[in-house]
Amino acid sequence: MPDFIPADSVGLVSPTVLSIDQPIMLECGRELPHYQLIYETYGTLNQAKSNAILICHALSGDHHAAGFHSMEDKKPGWWDSAIGPGKAIDTTKFFVVCLNNLGGCKGSTGPTSINPETNQLYGPNFPIVTVADWVKSQTVLADHLGISQWAAVVGGSLGGMQALQWAISYPDRLRHVLLIATAPKLSAQNIAFNEVARTAIKSDPDFHDGYYAQHNTLPRQGLGLARMLGHITYLSDVAMGEKFGRELRTGNLNYDYGIDFQVESYLRYQSTSFVERFDANTYLLMTKALDYFDPAQKCDGDLAKTFAPIQANALVMSFTSDWRFSPERSHEIVNALLSNGNNVTYAEIDAHQGHDAFLMPIPRYLEIMTSYMQRVAQECTEQ
Amino acid sequence: MSLRLDLQIISDWIPDGARVLDLGCDDGSLLNALQQRGVSGYGLEIDNSKFADCISGGGNVIQADLDQGLPQFADQSFDFVILSQTLQAINHPDFLLEEIVRVGKQGIIGFPNFGHWQCRVQLALGGHMPISRTLPNAWFNTPNIHLCTVQDFEQLCQNKAISILNRSIVNHAHKDTLGTRLLPNLFGQIALYQIKKS
Repeated sequence: MPDFIPADSVGLVSPTVLSIDQPIMLECGRELPHYQLIYETYGTLNQAKSNAILICHALSGDHHAAGFHSMEDKKPGWWDSAIGPGKAIDTTKFFVVCLNNLGGCKGSTGPTSINPETNQLYGPNFPIVTVADWVKSQTVLADHLGISQWAAVVGGSLGGMQALQWAISYPDRLRHVLLIATAPKLSAQNIAFNEVARTAIKSDPDFHDGYYAQHNTLPRQGLGLARMLGHITYLSDVAMGEKFGRELRTGNLNYDYGIDFQVESYLRYQSTSFVERFDANTYLLMTKALDYFDPAQKCDGDLAKTFAPIQANALVMSFTSDWRFSPERSHEIVNALLSNGNNVTYAEIDAHQGHDAFLMPIPRYLEIMTSYMQRVAQECTEQ
Repeated sequence: MSLRLDLQIISDWIPDGARVLDLGCDDGSLLNALQQRGVSGYGLEIDNSKFADCISGGGNVIQADLDQGLPQFADQSFDFVILSQTLQAINHPDFLLEEIVRVGKQGIIGFPNFGHWQCRVQLALGGHMPISRTLPNAWFNTPNIHLCTVQDFEQLCQNKAISILNRSIVNHAHKDTLGTRLLPNLFGQIALYQIKKS
């Protein structure tokens, strides 16, 4: 619980729900006749509506990017280190929008919503949505808010893929794009990790082919295992070594198959807390959206050709110890932008935290982002 | 904000509206000054500690290791590729030089002249590795691993079929004097060259 709200926090915030009756056609060929998007906003939209920033969330993120929902909250929103008054994404200058994506489980329509056609939970019948579908639905939210052009679309990891898709699909609807710890497509190794996660979930006896809610249960083992695996790959060897080393939980080896090491205890805690707050069908869907993302596919893998429509200026950032979305993957993006002559800045941040580094308050990372966003803010006032 | 003098000379060589690649762009001061004149392009820099300054000034800066060459850039894709006070810190300066004239229609190279008489005296009479205003580090902690003289550089250009279009050999105050004009390899401290593929 925060005893007091820090001065650089957006403070107490509450989400808004937008109900949309205009059907959305999805890439998979299915249509959602009606859906809702839950979102939060921080800061004030200026009169010219030129200072809006869209934050796209990653796999397990949601619309609550900054601030607190109540004084009882243990933690602020997932990217509070970067969003707030005086922070890198300065809410005294920008109007920041963050939504829960379609297919999510935090208030936007997804597997845990009721299918109006059957009056049953969607569950595993919720259509698989893609990054392009998300971006399409985000344009509906932008229209609703009266934002014809974002000052910047910002995302890390899977969020970066959405930001990239924005720049490709709606080039005149954003001036800047921030692509952090992301990739133009997943590697075979990344897809393999996702498949292990999915197999863990689907082979849990409590999964019931995705109809676990109807059986009043949750695939806790499977989703927990998926989360454990994810967690290991989001950290680096060094980060885990620094955090836990070989520290023992009780000081002694137990000579049984229970928990000996602190790292085991940490992983179990992470997985048990995750399964209570995240839906397994959503997890499956998010990993598929990651796997499917490959905008260059339509251009025979030619990334520069894929990026040809992009007008936005780009800030690309990667982290040295990130082996899920390694700096080399960012180089692919940067090189394609360079060969098209786009305005692009690229920084490779020294960090030992692995992929998770993009969520951490790493001084050099935030300094560079702050500097870039100040330039973006300056343009907003010149508009 | 006034430019460092060698950067000012380089800036004077670059026409308005040109497209440039600044290798080892540091805090982006040259890039950002050129931008005021409609010059566009990118800076490459291995150390991101001054990226915030570069970005504030409006420059596009890319973190990259020049020892890897410039594989991300197409042939002749820039009007000028600039390498100022960095050649001597590169692992394979000959390779980078080839890359510069491949990617740039012209290259602009600036380096400290190791043939300056003070360097020669320190080594010949003092018997120790030279330390000067332009080369202030001791031998064991210097980033400058490939020092050369005006003569060496011109020889390398000749070997690599690179033509010298223009040169400016100046003293530490970036002035050209009678000495730097008559005996540049002896009296010049800083050498600036404009080169292209023959």
